[in-house]
Amino acid sequence: MAHEDREVLLSLKNVDISYGKGKPKVVKNVSFDIFRGETFSLVGESGSGKTTIGRAIIRVNSCSAGEILFRGQRISGKLSREQERQVVRHIQMVFQDPGASLNERATVEYIVSEGLYNFHLYENEEDRRRKVERIIGQVGLLPEHLSRYPHEFSGGQRQRIGLARAMVMEPELVIADEPISALDVSIRAQVLNLMKQFQRQQGVTYLFIAHDLSVVRFISDRIGVIYKGEIVEIAEAEELFAHPMHPYTRSLISAIPIPDPLLEKNKKLLRYDPAIHDYSVDKPYLEDIGNGHFVFGNAAELEEYRLCRGRGDAPPLKTPPPACEEPIVPSKQGGRTLAKKLALGVGATVAAAAAALGILLLLAIV
Amino acid sequence: MDFYEKESVAIVGESGSGKSVLTKAFSGMLEANGSISAGSIEFEGQDLAKLKGARAWNRIRGGKIATVFQDPMTSLNPVLTIGAQITAVIRAHQGCSAAEARRRALQIMEKVGISDAARRFDDYPFRYSGGMRQRIVIAIALSCQPRVLICDEPTTALDVTIQAQILRLIKDLQKEFGYTIIFITHDLGVVANIADRVAVLYAGQIVELATTEELFYDPRHPYTWALLSSLPQLAAADGELYAITGTPPSLYSPIQGDAFAPRNPYALKIDTLLEPPLFSVSPTHFAKTWLLDPRAPKVQPPEAIRQLHEKLKASAGGEVFGT
Repeated sequence: MAHEDREVLLSLKNVDISYGKGKPKVVKNVSFDIFRGETFSLVGESGSGKTTIGRAIIRVNSCSAGEILFRGQRISGKLSREQERQVVRHIQMVFQDPGASLNERATVEYIVSEGLYNFHLYENEEDRRRKVERIIGQVGLLPEHLSRYPHEFSGGQRQRIGLARAMVMEPELVIADEPISALDVSIRAQVLNLMKQFQRQQGVTYLFIAHDLSVVRFISDRIGVIYKGEIVEIAEAEELFAHPMHPYTRSLISAIPIPDPLLEKNKKLLRYDPAIHDYSVDKPYLEDIGNGHFVFGNAAELEEYRLCRGRGDAPPLKTPPPACEEPIVPSKQGGRTLAKKLALGVGATVAAAAAALGILLLLAIV
Repeated sequence: MDFYEKESVAIVGESGSGKSVLTKAFSGMLEANGSISAGSIEFEGQDLAKLKGARAWNRIRGGKIATVFQDPMTSLNPVLTIGAQITAVIRAHQGCSAAEARRRALQIMEKVGISDAARRFDDYPFRYSGGMRQRIVIAIALSCQPRVLICDEPTTALDVTIQAQILRLIKDLQKEFGYTIIFITHDLGVVANIADRVAVLYAGQIVELATTEELFYDPRHPYTWALLSSLPQLAAADGELYAITGTPPSLYSPIQGDAFAPRNPYALKIDTLLEPPLFSVSPTHFAKTWLLDPRAPKVQPPEAIRQLHEKLKASAGGEVFGT
């Protein structure tokens, strides 16, 4: 659709990441593009690998396969010192815990100017001071705050300092890793509005990492849903909420608490159980089912998603082959319980068959 | 305020509004320099505010009033097995044999949805996921059949999918055990899910107390209006969210008038002078704002939160509510 004529700022191509050689992959074959000037969100539960992806982009984690392109150039793997500096210069990060991510022994002025010092992004001392004061004003703090230390600020103010530190570099891409999870509800809105404002003024691109879908929906242009290291769905925010296709996305959306007692108390919770997919023969992949809506599935599933999307209704809910009531078994013993459930399932079928036979017999007697 | 048997009351407010302090007061867990300076807390006809000493509290705390905290990792002991921690509580409060305690512990573990409880009994907390740990904490809290279960943001540290499961568990077990839930949270979505009644706390005071329906569909206090307006679901089309300006007041200096007045766009002149009383809107609905005084000008709540139900229904989409 409209995507083709937009500039791709960051592109991940078949990225695998594992912590240590031979260790299981925490991120599996992830590919997505982020366009210049948009807000792209990665959503998933804890341990799904979303933060790992963010860190791989700024080269904290290395990719074991695949590559990451920034402005068309590779930024993963071995780089020259100069190229590495350019990545740091243009990609900035805002962290979850504003308390832990600010140097508590440095004044706000130093924290905000550190990047400027490192890259000599100022003409003279006066110019640096001016830049710092301007940015600190933009995030809603006062010039006199510059001589203070991080512990003198509230959580919301600290997150503003973190944002100022990132934005003073005039970055092209900001990776915001759960920037509002640690903040109070009323402060969240202030920080989000501020981020939006920077986007309007400077055209900065955001990669927003979050687990809270309710907030993400309203700040993102596009959303990628990640489950156990694999992207299962990517779509524009409204498209994703109006027509979620992948069963995991649907369970995630159904779990958002709705601030309305009548709706919330009567809502139906959908549970996702990976056992519903049969990928033994037909291998799954991520494919566009139209309108830039990507879903992860095998050929048969994708065909179904495409049909349902065309009709505008939700794909039928599938239940896994044998009866599975509690998919919330910890991974460590997953195999064993599944085997048990299989046995249960078989038992149930046998019982059902016996009952049917009984009825037939009865009928025959009558 | 009163808490009734088998009901769920949610307490909402910003950090620092005193939600946790309030519940710590009636489980005897105030910090060393904290004390109940006035008033009384009656529980089963006994005034808890007058209780002194650890021994007196131990009869109430854990046995009659139990608490589930926010972070399941910090509320479990990492060097003791799950089983040891549950049985310790059962033995301390019910004085039964070790074998009996083990039997009851396994029973309660099954109840909170730990499949294969016998095998997981001797595991250490680190082998459990966050959601599982919180189930264990709930199991410990419920092991003595308390009359009151205080939940201090028990789902804030969890993923949404796990949160939904834990909320359902707490509600389902309430039907069976018949305890009263006092649920502390700042998430209005969670309130809508679990609560029968809601108390909104601001700067250490209850500013609005109502049934959940009244609070969401007919809020009266400007602070409640502000909380509802800042819901991301009600964001304007351009993505701008409503933000409450300013910060909560410091409780170290005395507050004159209404504590919310400096941040309140609807503040009247009297708000800066005199503290408003708690006005009654209906037998179940109270709000502490001068706007309810008969002499006050008629003020409509902000546009954004009127017809809340219709708006949220439209934005939530049909799927979740299909039959």
